[in-house]
Amino acid sequence: MIPSQFDYELAGTADEAVGLLSQHDDAKLLAGGHSLLPLMRLRFASPALLVDIGRLSELSYIKEADGSIAIGALTRHHDLAGSDVLRERCAVIAETAEGIGDPQVRHRGTIGGSVTHSDPASDLPTVLLALEAEMVARGPSGERAIAAADFFTGFLESALRDNEILTEIRVPAIGSAGAYVKFNRRAQDWATVGVAAVRLNGATNVALTNMGATPLRAAGVEEALAAGADTAAASAQAANGTSPPSDTNGSAEYRAHLASILTKRALEALDG
Amino acid sequence: MATAEETVTYVGQGVARKEDAALVTGGAKYIDDLSVPGMLWMAVVRSPLAHARVVSIDLDRAREAEGVVAAFSGDDLAQEWAGGLPCAWPVTEDTKVPDHYPLTTDKARHVGDGIAVVIAETRALAKDAAELVDVELEALPAVTDVEAAAGDGAPILHESFGTNESYTWVLEAGEVGRLFAEADVTVSERYRQQRLIPSAIEPRGVMAAPSPTGDFTVWSATQVPHVLRTALTLVTGIPEARLRIVAPEVGGGFGSKLDIYAEEALCLALARRLGRPVKWVAERSEGYLATIHGRDVVQEIELAATSEGRITAVRTRLLAAMGAYLQLVTPGIPILGAWLYGGCYDIQGYSFTCTGVFTNTTPIDAYRGAGRPEATYAIEHAVDALARRLDKDPVEIRRLNFIKEFPATIASGLEIDSGDFEGALDRGLELLDYDQARREQEERRAASDSKQLGIGFSTYVEMCGLAPSRILGAVRYVAGGWEATTIRCLPTGTVQAIIGTSPHGQGHVTTFSQIVADQLGVPIESVEVIHGDTVVAPLGMDTYGSRSLAVGGVALWNATEKIIAKAQAIVAHQLEVAAEDLEYANGTFTVRGTDRSMTVTDAAFGAWTAHNLPDGMEPGLEETAVYDPPNFSWPGGCHIAVVEVDTDTGDTRLVRYIAVDDVGNVINPTIVDGQVHGGIAQGAAQALFEEAVYDDDGNLANGSMTGYLLPSAAELPSFELDRVVAPSPTNPLGVKGVGETGTIASTAAVMNAVVDALAPLGVSDIDMPASPERVWAAIEEVRA
Repeated sequence: MIPSQFDYELAGTADEAVGLLSQHDDAKLLAGGHSLLPLMRLRFASPALLVDIGRLSELSYIKEADGSIAIGALTRHHDLAGSDVLRERCAVIAETAEGIGDPQVRHRGTIGGSVTHSDPASDLPTVLLALEAEMVARGPSGERAIAAADFFTGFLESALRDNEILTEIRVPAIGSAGAYVKFNRRAQDWATVGVAAVRLNGATNVALTNMGATPLRAAGVEEALAAGADTAAASAQAANGTSPPSDTNGSAEYRAHLASILTKRALEALDG
Repeated sequence: MATAEETVTYVGQGVARKEDAALVTGGAKYIDDLSVPGMLWMAVVRSPLAHARVVSIDLDRAREAEGVVAAFSGDDLAQEWAGGLPCAWPVTEDTKVPDHYPLTTDKARHVGDGIAVVIAETRALAKDAAELVDVELEALPAVTDVEAAAGDGAPILHESFGTNESYTWVLEAGEVGRLFAEADVTVSERYRQQRLIPSAIEPRGVMAAPSPTGDFTVWSATQVPHVLRTALTLVTGIPEARLRIVAPEVGGGFGSKLDIYAEEALCLALARRLGRPVKWVAERSEGYLATIHGRDVVQEIELAATSEGRITAVRTRLLAAMGAYLQLVTPGIPILGAWLYGGCYDIQGYSFTCTGVFTNTTPIDAYRGAGRPEATYAIEHAVDALARRLDKDPVEIRRLNFIKEFPATIASGLEIDSGDFEGALDRGLELLDYDQARREQEERRAASDSKQLGIGFSTYVEMCGLAPSRILGAVRYVAGGWEATTIRCLPTGTVQAIIGTSPHGQGHVTTFSQIVADQLGVPIESVEVIHGDTVVAPLGMDTYGSRSLAVGGVALWNATEKIIAKAQAIVAHQLEVAAEDLEYANGTFTVRGTDRSMTVTDAAFGAWTAHNLPDGMEPGLEETAVYDPPNFSWPGGCHIAVVEVDTDTGDTRLVRYIAVDDVGNVINPTIVDGQVHGGIAQGAAQALFEEAVYDDDGNLANGSMTGYLLPSAAELPSFELDRVVAPSPTNPLGVKGVGETGTIASTAAVMNAVVDALAPLGVSDIDMPASPERVWAAIEEVRA
């Protein structure tokens, strides 16, 4: 409830934020604050400096470009959910955003915050992994693109460097060829397990939420589908190679079962 | 004084709550909103271990930290205490009551047990400095499970007792042994009432301030300012007359603020020691460790019955967790249900035994319903088990066993004054459309649908309106159960009602205003209800146990009757007629057969000027009534739950909920509906969502709102409510109390529905909460 003491700087531009990150060892970016601030209030995180990028409206946008969609990192979940561009060109992102947390979370939380926080129980990272999204990072020496498959490196860890800020996320325009199915006890909760399924470049990609330390591709399912297995048989492979957590919301065994059931439902939604 | 012409303007109407404008606009002042000049903040250093010997406490670094004024260990404060934190209900002569001081000095006995305090200029600085206190603990084996704690070889919490058992309490009536021996059929069930965490929207908080005259004011987010005053005198030695307790706006309690807490005593003692105001407000997760928990009882219940399903006897044995210490009424909580394990059924033999057991956990105490939800769950769930054994419809077996004539002396020995169990059941079945519901259930079963339906009933009776003082005395509770109100008619027409109950969200101000306005014939806006300050409202026993209206409302009504009687004497004198010649209706006395009249307000002005009063009458129009109820009040009714179970995932959702309650006469139906809605949500939450889980080391594994699953509106259907009315003949208002009915009835209804959905698959029962994983695992087990 009461965080440790910290300093606070308001960044006027993305480059200014990069500069502040470069000057300070123990700085964290503050965007919507809905992941970081709870950790600070519980004193699980105690950064010396918060660099507030929440007012960088230049990083809040959703645009079409060359068959892909570019989403500014500070675009809030509520704006993703309400985006006509996304609804038409990559509906699974809008539909997933609509089911995150509660209205307060959706009005404050940002896609960039969700991605860089890299919580394996979060929904959008899983969807972005299935979509083979590209993350655009800006650092002192300019921008670089990181593939989603390389971005999520560990529990609450990403490939972003300490002096980099995520500015944009690029996703393919797949129209309605995506589905995300989440299981949770309460509407506002993180997923006990979630499954994203998308059709991309003639293949079916499947990714899992909360089945390990990072969002995961369900390689077993993808391979089975590629080999011509039916939905039920492929879904049974969902938990292969995963090591899901056990907590008060479910044991690893139960999560493995849920992964199969939800994969089947996601694949059926994709076909339906 | 009622006459035939009397009309009712407010009572029975859904009058909008007078409280709400200030509450919803943020203008109301809760403890967190209050500050006084010179105020310091306290932070409590708590044990991270469930059971540990305190080896050393080093406060030096904390004392040197920025903004710190003082830091104390339990030993440093030992001379502050005239006594320990009180347990007001040692239920037997030999109940083992451990020492319980605001800070422990020898051992920590649960995670969160207070070890030291730091006092600083701001809340954040106090919190920062508390992290610098160096406590060396020697870990001891811990036991958090009530059965393990009662078993051989368990770690002993309070070594001088040589046992973890605090007491065993027994109630026997009728020839139980013979009735079981002669029974055609018996069922023997075992249930676990999981541990729950009361989650009032406002965390606890307290602020204590000294005055130059040697008096102290304590503001506390409490349900019980009057009890708190008496208790703090016993703990700190500060004379009661020098203590003023103020309960400002209080944001819910559900029993968790019906207690005397370490932080209340600490802030007061530190204000005395430091000569400055001291404040503490719980953080949410801190509150989950340091505010009482509810339930945590293992129940064994047996029913004896005939082959037709007539229940003849009930035998119950409980193991009830006390937690690490006895809080205000900890031992008495399971005993509050002791008379109700026969439910609303006409049975002959009754046996109840409860053993209270210390565990390395946060103490247990009153949580909405307190003992009665547990009792209702056990009998209602066991009746369903009996129905399944006999292949009977759960509706018919209930109907067969209902108490139908009132007053009725129940097997456990108390007398139910009134009720209409069958009427409530009939209305519930009608609202449900029982035949249609069973048809839909049957269709899904026949189709082996992955989504199965279950229909569950809970027909209940509860005892509330706590309580007749002589019964409280007989069961060894140290205080009375009376309630008080003063009505003061001011000369210009407004009326003050100074009440002894202490609202914390229930809407007393509105409900009590309705009664006063109708009784005295004044507009509701002219009634001011004053509460929650022991200087302004010195007489009272506070708010818990669905007592405010059923006991406090009667005191209020009686006080208005005294006002009317005195006003009548004044009016008769001034109009120069005999008192018997006056008719009274709607605040106006009229001389029978004439148009000569005066109002209560006129009499109040006359009583103030005192120019023309009867000889010997004291000026002023102010009366106090203190009411001690002759009996408990007995709400009852029928709750019906419909659940849908996803047999692939175990996900279990409440899809319909019907409640038909008898709470006697209703003063404000909107407020009553609100109480029932909230109560159902809390009871359904026990069935499907909530459970405080301790890990093997005694840590609270879900000690925040992220992991402790309070459901929201998104997880619940809109409840369908109706009422039957069997007015209580015990009190002039005919009211029974409504604060706890929803919680008492609903857990059993929901769980009966869950088992009803799964029984055809071969599942006989599910532990609470019926989490998706538990339901899935139960289905897997019978499929295997």
